[in-house]
This record gives sequence, structure tokens and C-alpha cells, in this order.
Amino acid sequence: MKTRIFSLLFSVLIAASSSAAELTVHAAASLTDALKEIGAAYEKESRDKVQFNFGASSMLARQIEEGAPADLFFSADEAKMDALEKKNLLLPGTRRSLLSNLLVIVVPADASSAPKSAADLAKPEFKKIALAEPATVPVGIYAREYLQKLGLWDAVKEKIVPTENVRGTLAAVESGNVDTGIVYKTDSLISQKIKIAVEISAAEGPNISYPVAVLKASKQPERATKFAEYLAGPKARSIFAKFGFIVTR
Amino acid sequence: MTAEAWKIVFFTIEVSALSTLLILPIGIAVAWLIARRDWPGKAVVETVAMLPLFVPPVATGLLLLMFFGRRGPLGSVLQRGLGIEIVFTWRAVVLACAVMSFPLLVRTAQSAFQEVNTRFEDVARTLGANEWRVFGTISLPLAMRGIVAGAVLAFARAMGEFGATAVVAGMIPRKTMTISLSIYQNVQLGRDSAALPLLFVSVVIVFITVLCGQIISMCKHPR
Repeated sequence: MKTRIFSLLFSVLIAASSSAAELTVHAAASLTDALKEIGAAYEKESRDKVQFNFGASSMLARQIEEGAPADLFFSADEAKMDALEKKNLLLPGTRRSLLSNLLVIVVPADASSAPKSAADLAKPEFKKIALAEPATVPVGIYAREYLQKLGLWDAVKEKIVPTENVRGTLAAVESGNVDTGIVYKTDSLISQKIKIAVEISAAEGPNISYPVAVLKASKQPERATKFAEYLAGPKARSIFAKFGFIVTR
Repeated sequence: MTAEAWKIVFFTIEVSALSTLLILPIGIAVAWLIARRDWPGKAVVETVAMLPLFVPPVATGLLLLMFFGRRGPLGSVLQRGLGIEIVFTWRAVVLACAVMSFPLLVRTAQSAFQEVNTRFEDVARTLGANEWRVFGTISLPLAMRGIVAGAVLAFARAMGEFGATAVVAGMIPRKTMTISLSIYQNVQLGRDSAALPLLFVSVVIVFITVLCGQIISMCKHPR
């Protein structure tokens, strides 16, 4: 009896290790909703499970540098990916840029006043502006560079309430504890509690690019590459587009 | 250490000291009421006063954010009535420190009051002293060492406050950035070398503070 149970257990273990892999994906917070849907679709099609770790790309890159067990990295800017590539942490040939996005200035849905342009952020009526940490988090850097280009940064930087990532900014605006904030357009589309005050066009705004790559430390590089390809495939593209991302390839 | 880092250190000391001073009167009152009086609901109040020790600090921060936020029941009143904004300002740092260190003050002061021999208080009463006089001339002076030790512990706890502060005050450079927040942020950003001096300074400050607290509470009163 005992041996039979053990052999059964053993065969189950063998089967599990050979058929279903569990992939860990470090992904930018702004990708949360789209990737959850894509992950669910992928799990139905393949037998692999996809586990996401969402956060600021800067934090995720740091975790990867410190040896966090992950198979893929999906960053909200090229700079974080460049840093990992320079440290030889990416699987060569797997990096590709998939998406773009826009910046929007948002206010609480019931706000009585809203900026009509980025220049309005300098007005005294907007006392607190939420923004992801502008030194390191991609969306914070994009917004800072844009405001610097317009010569507005010095006028607004004292009003910035830095958040951990873009979803923190969204939450701060939703709660009404800040007057306004800058997020990606895709984040603004998932919330009913905020409204878009200003949309910064692709021509005028920063060049936002989301690259994905398989990590060298992955113990299942074929499976990871397969999922990376799926992310660039038609099904994933249609889901990204549904959530408002600009699919670049 | 940079000038910016020293500013963070002094800011942390300031808010910790301020929060300790703020909770001192109410902490002493609550401790005395628990130690010396029986009243309905005492066990509940005693438990509530202990809660910040055990509830996750981040959850405490969320509660404070909900109450003191611009749309919270207290925050909206303060904002509209007095024009005082709490969340994401230095006041939120003081608030978080005060709430998180309150249990340590009450616990220590309470046992200090309980150690005061009730016979001294009774003697004062038989000599005609009213309750305020008994408290001011007998209970408080005799419990003083314990209260000071409690205040020192509360200060040390405030120096290290992180979770509640991060939620209710954010990590705003030059406005709400404390030693703990700055260490966390520097590590997140990969600037370990900027975190290390702060780590060292905070350990030194808290070591000295807690040591003082130990010495004060070890000195026994002449009875």
C-alpha cells in the first residue's frame, strides 16, 4: 500500500515537473490589468502558470539585480532594461519593445477645478501634485522630463507628492488627498473616481516605450521565451489595445 | 554625511520629540485612570490603547489616512474649519509617531502608577488633601521615573516609525522624509551608500535613548 502511494506520488511529481511550468514575470505597475487578463488567457492555452510581480520598474529592476527569482521583466522604460542588459542579466536576443503609452493629468472626479494645460500645474490653486518618484520610477521620469522641457519643473517640484508607482499616484488622486496627478492614460481609463483634465499628445510628450525580455537567470528559458512571444502575438496585442496601450509592433 | 542627510536626522528628532510631548499629558491621564480607578469599559480602553503595538503599522496608517484625509471625518473638519492640512505634511509624521508610540508610554506609566504604594496616597487623603493634590504631590512624583522611562521609550519608537508614516505622510523630500523613510527609499533606489550613514546615526541615537531609559527605570525609588 505504502509503496503504491509513493509510486503514485512520484509519478505525479514527474508529470508536474515535465508538463506545467510556473513563470514569474516582473512587470511595471501600469501593466497590471492588461497582463492579468493576458496571463489568464495564456494559462488556458498553454499548461503553464503565470505569476506576476507588479511594481515600479525601478524597484523590480533592483530586485532582479539582487537575484530575485524571475523569468521575465516587462519594464515601463528602456533605461531600466538597458541597465540590466549592461549587467548581462538578459537572455540575449529576447529583448523587444512592445508598447507605448501617453501621459495624462488627472483630477478627482468631483474636483471643482482642473488644470487646462500642463502650465496650469504651476498655479497656486493646485497645491499638491501626485507623481511617481520622479528620480527613478519611469512614469515619474517621463513626467519630470516633459515638465522640464516646458520649463515648468522648478515651479511645480515643491508641490510634488512622490508615490511608489503609478498606481499609488492614481490612488492619491482618487482619495482627493492631492489636487491633481500625472499618470499614464491607461491607468486613468480603469478608474471611475478620477477624470482626465489634460491629455498630452504623443507628438508633444515623452517617447514612452515598454520593453520585455527573458532573464538570464530563468531556469526555464524556453517556456519564458514562449510567453514573451505570446505577449507580442495577436491575442495579447488585442488585449493591450483594449486597455488603451499603443501597440508598437 | 551630506547636509541633506543631517536635515533628515534633525527633522526626525524634532517630530519624535514633538509627538512624545503631545502624548505625554493624555498618556499619563490614561495610565493613571487604568492603574488607579475602576470604571466600566476599562478593559476595552486598555486594549484599544495597546492596539497600535500589534495592528500592522501600515493598517494603522491607512486608518489615519481615512480619518485625517481631506475627505475624512476629521480631516475635512480641520481643513475647512481651521485650514489645517494633515496628510502628506509634517503634521502627519507627528500624528503617526504619536499614535504608534502611545502604547509604550501608557504601558510603562501605568505600571509606574501601580508600583506607588497606595498607603502614601491614603495618608495624604486622611490629612485632608483632595484627589488633585494627592495626584500632584504623591502619585505623580513617585511614578515620575516610570513616566520618564515611558516617554523615552515612546521617543525611541517614534524615531524608528515607518509603516504608518509612509502611508499617511508619504515620502516627500524636505517635507516628510524621516530617517526610516530615507533609508528605505535609498535602498529601493540602489543607493545603499546613502542609506548607511543614516543607518549608523539612527542606531546610535536609539541606542543612547533606550540605554537612558533602562538606567532611569533601573534606579529604584527610596521607599
